[in-house]
Amino acid sequence: MFAYIIRRILAAAVLLLVVSAVTFAIFFLLPRLAGETVDQLATQYIGKNPSPDAIAAVKKNLGLDQPLYTQYWNFLKGLVSGAEYKFGPEPATCHVPCFGYSFKNHLEVWPELSKRIPVTLSLAIGAATLWLVSGVATGVVSALRPRSIFDRISMGIALAGVSLPVFFTGALLLTVFSYEWPILDNLQYVNFTDDPLMWARNLILPWISLAFLYSALYARLTRAGMLETMSEDYIRTARAKGLAERKVVTRHGLRAALTPIVTIFGMDLGLLLGGALITEQVFSLQGVGQFAVQAISDNDLPKILGTTLLAAFFIVLCNLVVDLLYAAVDPRVRLS
Amino acid sequence: MPGTRGPATVGEGTELTMTAPIKTAGNAPEADAAASPAKKIEGRSLGRIAWTRFKRDKAAVAGGVVVILLILLAVLAKPIESAFGLDPDALNQDLLDADLGGLPFGDWGGMSWDHPLGVDPLQGRDLLTRVIEGSWVSLLVAFGATVLSNTIGTVLGIMAGYYGGWVDTLISRVMDVFLAFPLLLFAIAISTSLQGGAFGLHGLPLHIMVLIFVIGFFNWPYMGRIVRGQTLSLREREFVYAARSLGARGPFILFKELLPNLVGPILVYSTLLIPTNILFEAGLSFLGVGIQPPQASWGGMLQDAIRYYQVDPQYMVVPGVAIFVTVLAFNLLGDGLRDALDPKSN
Repeated sequence: MFAYIIRRILAAAVLLLVVSAVTFAIFFLLPRLAGETVDQLATQYIGKNPSPDAIAAVKKNLGLDQPLYTQYWNFLKGLVSGAEYKFGPEPATCHVPCFGYSFKNHLEVWPELSKRIPVTLSLAIGAATLWLVSGVATGVVSALRPRSIFDRISMGIALAGVSLPVFFTGALLLTVFSYEWPILDNLQYVNFTDDPLMWARNLILPWISLAFLYSALYARLTRAGMLETMSEDYIRTARAKGLAERKVVTRHGLRAALTPIVTIFGMDLGLLLGGALITEQVFSLQGVGQFAVQAISDNDLPKILGTTLLAAFFIVLCNLVVDLLYAAVDPRVRLS
Repeated sequence: MPGTRGPATVGEGTELTMTAPIKTAGNAPEADAAASPAKKIEGRSLGRIAWTRFKRDKAAVAGGVVVILLILLAVLAKPIESAFGLDPDALNQDLLDADLGGLPFGDWGGMSWDHPLGVDPLQGRDLLTRVIEGSWVSLLVAFGATVLSNTIGTVLGIMAGYYGGWVDTLISRVMDVFLAFPLLLFAIAISTSLQGGAFGLHGLPLHIMVLIFVIGFFNWPYMGRIVRGQTLSLREREFVYAARSLGARGPFILFKELLPNLVGPILVYSTLLIPTNILFEAGLSFLGVGIQPPQASWGGMLQDAIRYYQVDPQYMVVPGVAIFVTVLAFNLLGDGLRDALDPKSN
């Protein structure tokens, strides 16, 4: 088991390394292949009509004149040991973990980026709890009473739910609850540690609009999975040996039906933690997603690279946790 | 042509394909039982069985009809506009109330006989015409991206499943890397950086190409995994052994023997991927990095409308409902196809 965990963690680390290399190549190599010169790149970081000397200085100070693999290596080194940037009048220190140094506003990327994580984390965790509970519960009840009124109504709603874009449901919720009947107006992110009640009140609409989409999806998946498992032979065996129906459903049926759900949940949560871009945009939440969108529209490469890496980290982390959970729970997973 | 390699076996191979058991042939007894005993028993192909089942599913048929109408609308959008003299970008400043900051006169976003869904604020463009104009952009991007990702996914998935070994390991690891990418973030970054011009294209054709590329290129591993899994189980079937013992080689087995048996899952997954891609395109255009104004797109219309959600939700409802109906129709069709093609469903 221990060796398995170590191997999975190493594999995840290698995966992250590959992702970082590919990301680096996409943002730094691709423009160059498309015809952008290093001078043009350097010019973005100084004013208009710069002198050739100024361009040369920027290139040298930012290391843009070095080959790309050296730049990538320096980026990796910065992550683990920090870096020095000779930019502007005084050299700037980029502390560990150095995700890079924004040449646009002369700030380290990581402190700015990490400030946004609590917002996205609150949004994602709250919504995930909501959708996991409601989605799976709806799916199970529907599967136990197929073609019942509850099943038909909830599956109808679920079908509508997966067909509605989150920016439409979010905007509708805002219209109804924030404007027509202003029960939930002046939505601004409040730290959980400052005021848990205001934190929840101001996040409830984003949670609902995000969770509505996902719980619809999960209800459909759970229903399909449960219908399939409940017709398995071992369910009949469990019933035949006189087990209470409740135990048959939870211990035997749900446990097997949940495993694929857990995999998908890991992927969805990982993706969301890297920035719920559209939901953050609709509700003006200053999370990782908004940070990324801003960085992209500013063409601030170090920030884009940093956010992408953080997002990839969350995806890989969540998948790793799911894999390890599987190994602990599912006896069929071979550890060798 | 992949099948032309190994010419000596083509003749026998073609026959083999015809007699090769389709994936669900094992469930033939169920199909026989469904036929009434009075009728003469005749062999029914998988397609026939699926079609009979599909016809019984009213929701799926309704979805299919709406999908066909939507495709017709998208294809005929330009002719319809010119036939009725509609211009999605025509400004109607006379319909706007300058005192209200450019909102249309009248209730419900200035609904009238001339403008059944009203006009948009500030510019006074006819919303119905813009919804029609947005349909072809939306469907073209969604279809293009689906074809792109499913082609890559099918080819690589079938190879990984059939060849196994290092080919499988390599392709599976590449899929892992792709799945670890934050898709939406990448799509935004790439479409922004290519906005100025690339591949010798500019303006609308460029935006459409970029959208098809970013949505399609990063989505293929999902299809790849499905096809790989199906191929793994098909690979050990007798008809594959038979083809191999008759001398058929790799590409022939992949595309003439295995692929026809994968049509079902590929079709179902494609039908369900199209609505996802429609939402994806609308999301990107909503964030302002997809289709650029003045070209009408559903996501772009929602982006315009969200600024007025407090004043009049009408502007938001029109493109929102357009997206909803389209996506719902494709989902209904996809669900119906899946049930119809699934040998286990009844």
